[in-house]
Amino acid sequence: MLEVHDLRVSYGPIQAVRGVSFSVAKGEIVALLGANGAGKSSILKAFMGIAPRSAGRISFAGEAVERADTASIVRRGLTLVPEGRRVFSQLSVLENLKIGAAANRQLRGRTLENCERMYALFPKLAERRDQLAGSLSGGEQQMLAIARALMSEPRMLLLDEPSLGLAPNVVDQIFDFLKALQKQDIALLIVEQNAETALDIAARGLVLAQGRIGKEGASAALRADEELQRLYLGAG
Amino acid sequence: MDIVLQQLLNAVALGGTYALLALGLAIVFSVMGLINFAHGELMTATGYGIFFGIAAGFPFILSLGMGVGLAVVLALSMERVAFRPIRRASPTIMLLTSFAVSTILHTLMQNLISARPKPIPIPDMLAGAVTIGAHQIGTIQVLSIVIAAVSLIGLTLFFRATLLGIGMRAAAEDFDVARLMGLNANRVIAVAFAISGVLAGIAGILWLFQRGSVDPLMGFVPVLKAFIAVVLGGMGSLVGAVAGGFILGVVEVLLRAFLPDALISYRDAISLSIVIAILYFYPDGIIPRRENIR
Repeated sequence: MLEVHDLRVSYGPIQAVRGVSFSVAKGEIVALLGANGAGKSSILKAFMGIAPRSAGRISFAGEAVERADTASIVRRGLTLVPEGRRVFSQLSVLENLKIGAAANRQLRGRTLENCERMYALFPKLAERRDQLAGSLSGGEQQMLAIARALMSEPRMLLLDEPSLGLAPNVVDQIFDFLKALQKQDIALLIVEQNAETALDIAARGLVLAQGRIGKEGASAALRADEELQRLYLGAG
Repeated sequence: MDIVLQQLLNAVALGGTYALLALGLAIVFSVMGLINFAHGELMTATGYGIFFGIAAGFPFILSLGMGVGLAVVLALSMERVAFRPIRRASPTIMLLTSFAVSTILHTLMQNLISARPKPIPIPDMLAGAVTIGAHQIGTIQVLSIVIAAVSLIGLTLFFRATLLGIGMRAAAEDFDVARLMGLNANRVIAVAFAISGVLAGIAGILWLFQRGSVDPLMGFVPVLKAFIAVVLGGMGSLVGAVAGGFILGVVEVLLRAFLPDALISYRDAISLSIVIAILYFYPDGIIPRRENIR
């Protein structure tokens, strides 16, 4: 589904990502772990065409996308759920969902139908469809952010810190939901500081340190790894 | 009673003009962080569009349309030529660029047209008064209020009921995430400029109805007032800009009407002191743009 070869991202003279290669298969869940500043978010931004300067090859569904603009990447089926949820607080729940489908003209005919699908997945959003998104709780906002991304009918979702700032029981709810997306054949790449939770649903994990992949392997193996703890506590 | 009603209508008419201008400024500011000092030139361009339309023998209404059309074309052109290349630059560079655009445009108008005011003949049917109940009200005032109200209602419908309008609101709140959802940045910004051009054009018409002539600096004072309205309402807040415009209009008209003669020359100083007093209690404006809780 997604293949990355020697990806580099720099912010001016600072190199945030220094040559990262990996792939994610169709319907697979992969965790991208690492300490703060390890370059995780920069990788996701590069996929969406919004990192400031990047080099390397990125292919999605067999097509090179490293030069594609964000709208065309969304239309191809790759969507990011940004860190901190970033729902449009001054827009209603329904309006937020509509924006999620705005990139793709072909989806517009199905927008209302897809909204109903989201309401079925997240009954809380159905109750609050006409309320401003800013009035929702943190967990509901995260659900809305995910639902908004799903409105573009993605084949792969990128999630940046979906557990950030949420109560543990809400985090469990969100991750149960994410796992269920696998049934729809939607691949997930989850960036998380909360490694335990992410590895619970991921098949594999990649551990980023100083802009490079320091370790990778099956979730169970990573969880048993004592060195992983050290990698986290290091400079990152 | 009549004088109160009359002044109230004046206040709403002036406030409506400020509100339209402030809204145009706020829309552009909210999507690209640009404080567009050349907004006043859009108003002035409307005046010249109408002047030349009438001079060329077009009907009055058509000339008004030409004026607004010219403002829209000018707004889109300044975005494309001057502001698109510096979109990622610092706010200071954007501000200075808009000063430059403003200066270039009004110097061009002075040299190519005339520094002296050009009269816009207002049709007789607009010069009279209408009778509502027991009151005589100036046709211009009534028309100003109706035009401002229709514009604001139309814009509200656009922002609420169309996908493009919802996208504009999303972009105004969080431009980066709107782009991330696949909204086309060039299109959103172009639409913002087009809307600001329409609003400046309509405000220009209302301003001309009061003044009856156009000169190269016509837009300067009202747009300065609109900036104050934007700050008063809260930078980047669209509803705030409208509220700020109306508040400023009401304060100015009431001061003009009821201040004793000895103090009348301090009118602007007093109205700005009131603005400062409001900002003292609401430093982010009365209806600030709310940021997402992170």
